[in-house]
Amino acid sequence: MKKLLLSSVVVLIGFTFIGRLSYLQLFRFSPDQILDDPAIKKVYDYPERGYIYDRDGKLLVGNQPAYDVMVIPREVKPLDTLEFCNLLGIEKPEFLSKMEKARRYSPRLPSVLVPQLSKEDYAKLQEKMRHFTGFYIQKRSLRYYNTESAANVLGYISEVNEWDLKNNPYYVAGELKGRTGIEQQYEEILRGQKGVKHIQKDRFNRDIGPYKGGKLDTLPQQGKEIQITIDKTLQEYGERLMHGKRGGIVAIEPKSGEILAMISGPTYDPSLLVGRQRSKNYSKLHYDTISKPTWDRSILAQPSPGSPFKTLNALIGLQEGVIDDNTKFRCYHGFYVGNTLRGCHCGGGVRDLNSGIYQSCNAYFAGVFRKIFDKYETTDEGMDVWEKHMKSFGLGDYLGTDLPTGAPGRIPDVDYYDKWYGNGRWAASTIISNSIGQGEIAATPLQLANMTAAIANRGYFYTPHIIKSIGNNGKIDPKYTEPRYTTIDRKHFDPVIEGMANVYNYGTARWVKIPGIDIAGKTGTVENYIRVDGERMQLTDHSVFVAFAPIENPQIALAVYIENGYYGSRYAGHIASLLIEKYIKGEITRKDLEKRMLEKTLEHEYAKPYSGEPFEINEYEW
Amino acid sequence: MSGRGPFGRLDWITVILYALLVFIGWLNIYSTSVGESHTSIFDFSTLYGKQLFFIGLAFLGIVFVLFVESLFFERFASVFYIVSIVLLLGLFVFGKTIAGATSWYDLGFFNLQPSELAKVATSLALAKFLSDIQTDIRTGRHQLYALAIILLPALLILPQPDPGSSLIYFSLFFVLFREGFPIYYLGILIFAVVLFATTLMFGTVWVAIGLIIMTLLVYTFKKASVKIPILPVLGVVAVSVLFSLSVNFVFENVFEQRHRDRFALWLSLEKDEEKLDEIRKTIGYNTYQSEKAIESGGFTGKGFLEGTRTKGDFVPEQHTDYIFSSVGEEWGFLGTSAVILLFSLFFLRLIYIAERQKSDFSRMYGYGVISILVFHYFINIGMVIGLLPTIGVPLPFFSYGGSGLIFFTMLLFIFLKLDSNRLKDGI
Repeated sequence: MKKLLLSSVVVLIGFTFIGRLSYLQLFRFSPDQILDDPAIKKVYDYPERGYIYDRDGKLLVGNQPAYDVMVIPREVKPLDTLEFCNLLGIEKPEFLSKMEKARRYSPRLPSVLVPQLSKEDYAKLQEKMRHFTGFYIQKRSLRYYNTESAANVLGYISEVNEWDLKNNPYYVAGELKGRTGIEQQYEEILRGQKGVKHIQKDRFNRDIGPYKGGKLDTLPQQGKEIQITIDKTLQEYGERLMHGKRGGIVAIEPKSGEILAMISGPTYDPSLLVGRQRSKNYSKLHYDTISKPTWDRSILAQPSPGSPFKTLNALIGLQEGVIDDNTKFRCYHGFYVGNTLRGCHCGGGVRDLNSGIYQSCNAYFAGVFRKIFDKYETTDEGMDVWEKHMKSFGLGDYLGTDLPTGAPGRIPDVDYYDKWYGNGRWAASTIISNSIGQGEIAATPLQLANMTAAIANRGYFYTPHIIKSIGNNGKIDPKYTEPRYTTIDRKHFDPVIEGMANVYNYGTARWVKIPGIDIAGKTGTVENYIRVDGERMQLTDHSVFVAFAPIENPQIALAVYIENGYYGSRYAGHIASLLIEKYIKGEITRKDLEKRMLEKTLEHEYAKPYSGEPFEINEYEW
Repeated sequence: MSGRGPFGRLDWITVILYALLVFIGWLNIYSTSVGESHTSIFDFSTLYGKQLFFIGLAFLGIVFVLFVESLFFERFASVFYIVSIVLLLGLFVFGKTIAGATSWYDLGFFNLQPSELAKVATSLALAKFLSDIQTDIRTGRHQLYALAIILLPALLILPQPDPGSSLIYFSLFFVLFREGFPIYYLGILIFAVVLFATTLMFGTVWVAIGLIIMTLLVYTFKKASVKIPILPVLGVVAVSVLFSLSVNFVFENVFEQRHRDRFALWLSLEKDEEKLDEIRKTIGYNTYQSEKAIESGGFTGKGFLEGTRTKGDFVPEQHTDYIFSSVGEEWGFLGTSAVILLFSLFFLRLIYIAERQKSDFSRMYGYGVISILVFHYFINIGMVIGLLPTIGVPLPFFSYGGSGLIFFTMLLFIFLKLDSNRLKDGI
């Protein structure tokens, strides 16, 4: 017994150890624990973000270097604090508090001391930097904007948030991501693919070389440049015209569906969201809840379209065979719904299709609308047919553009009115406002521009899009090159377009003709209301205009929507004609008109509801 | 074998096992301390270079031991013992403090740790005392003498403070057990430790219930012919329950928080994840990192010089006390079990050699050597793999350190020298 004691102890210990080791190394071991191995850190190598060019190859967005002054507190040697502060352009107390903050974060790891130095400060600092041990300059890449326009189109980039991190494993905290506009939509193309280096760390988190000699590392893939359909000149010009006005403008090239300009007013200089002042500027823009500069009215505002919508009702009437070019309705300076007279400003008399359009006669289109419904036995059937035709123009639903945001607008249907009025308790006369583009219809400026493009093309359109080409091979999603046909036959468009041409020749926009260019257009004047302290108040009408030109071989179709700009040709019509001239001719011949549009603002209109005082709407003076 | 000369009758199996352990140990020291610039292994500014130098010194020690007459060790055992006691006392005046412990003499090129020397001396002195013809371990007086020889250096080392080394001296009780010291003392000790641990884990009530159930089971299943008097058994149960009650008192009132934390970690007493995390970051940091490093090695390990946690220096003191975690990470289960196997074979071989001695002195000294080595091995690896609370003792032949390696080597080779002369002893 006593001779075997020690041997037994040795054997027992041996088995115990082997048992414990099998538990640790065989049972508890899992091969993917490299992921939480504190000794292996991933270090990323970020490629340069892709440039963005306009349709003519003009640079819109590039990159610029920025210089962060970094500090590793432990390595800092005594220095001439005053000289250093002067070089950095900061005060000594600020310097000391930043140093303290860096030290608290980690004495061994780099912290940002002064972010994003300008090139000038950097130049001054660079040659003296070697005197300051423990500090170094780290280069970063920021967005550079070669334009003061198109902020909402281009979008901006910002640091990823928790939601991004949770939903996309690609991102790591602190990285940048496209937030709106092109930057968001084409994020993966622009950003490229970051490279990963696995660095071996010691327990103080210091680098001690590559892990496995870099076998698992990947190289960064350069972000691709993209060309967008925006015309830089047109976009910039449009934004200047929008000065002091709220609203949205969208211009489309009908034969391709390419968006030439997408203007929202008010807007801001995209450079504001870059650099040291970024967050201050962002708060200012984001919390401006009255003029909402970050809210892209060209694709998000959904007002009633007003009279431009009459052209569609005419087309449906023609397609359904309930009217022809010569069908006439009498206008009693309005039309009767039951015993009530609904007003009209066309001047009264007998109206046919052509004059109905160019004089924008409400009575005529109320008549057309009734006829469409009368063709069918029930209101529901008539409604379904009307809705089908309307939606074929890309209204009442998302268009499917390559923009990260958008709005569906609204084309009401049977269900909608059944809910509102009750089943069977409504008829064409109940919803007659739809005939003139008021009532329950809503459309974004983009949808209006697209609808105009469909008319310009005589029956089809391409899904509006903003991408022109990606990288070198240039291929874009084929869905943007396939035409989408409306339910209206080609032959029905000519009489309507003739009416729209006469809008310029004799009608509501005869004051805004452009010498040498045949334009087809349609004005709109949209009543609108807001609630102030719970009371419904009418505001000055929205000014709307849609147009395309030239009539044969259209190059541009556009929709202009100006909040509280009163009647259609007043602001919207003028701005539309200037944009068309600028795009087609390249220069403006009507300098006085241009000057007036650039200078006029509607700030006084926008201030009215907030003034707290009684106000007049639809003023004739302007 | 020629049978002649100092190397003639050396037990070569032991020597080979010894050399393997030293070699593997050095490889792992190399792995923990090699930097990015792979300098020569003879670069004495590096830890692996220094260890190589110590290995050289140890070899000189071996040569010295083998050339000395065997009887020298027996004759001068008492002198060695007295010298080492004096050296330990001298530390209180001349000691050099490293990492909070005043355990070294600064010899300029070398820091001498007399507690290592004292292990050799105490083993020799104990063997000498026990092998004396007049000594009878069954008498209380001689038991006390033996205890004094063991405990004196332990008491001197304790306040350095170096509780680990101090604890090692208790291993020499195995020599006493081998020579007739009643084994049930060991039984009582183990029983007390088990009671201590189970009380902390389950509480006195469950310990008491367990004891009663065990008693009942014994009475139920014993052969009818075997008579076990009931009163003493009840007495043992009662004393055990009292002991168990005292455990809680001692744990809560005598122990300090850091001790409680160590036990909390060791016995998995703490269930609150947050507090556990706190313990892992503070008092349990070493153990946690070392367990993690071993665990991450898996079956085959990450490969020599590929251990990320080893390279990153995540396990503190990895080249000394935690060297085994490097084996675990880089060589995996294959490596760790091979090392365990190697140590076990080494010890069993030594036990076999000890048992074949004709001289009582040689056998007793051999047992002293084995006990000390096994105890180091048990406490060290037990701690590194998280079975035992943190007690700082090196792994023999493996851990970095000059005093340790040289004196472990001399401890061993004095025994091998004695063994090589065993045939002459009869004369």
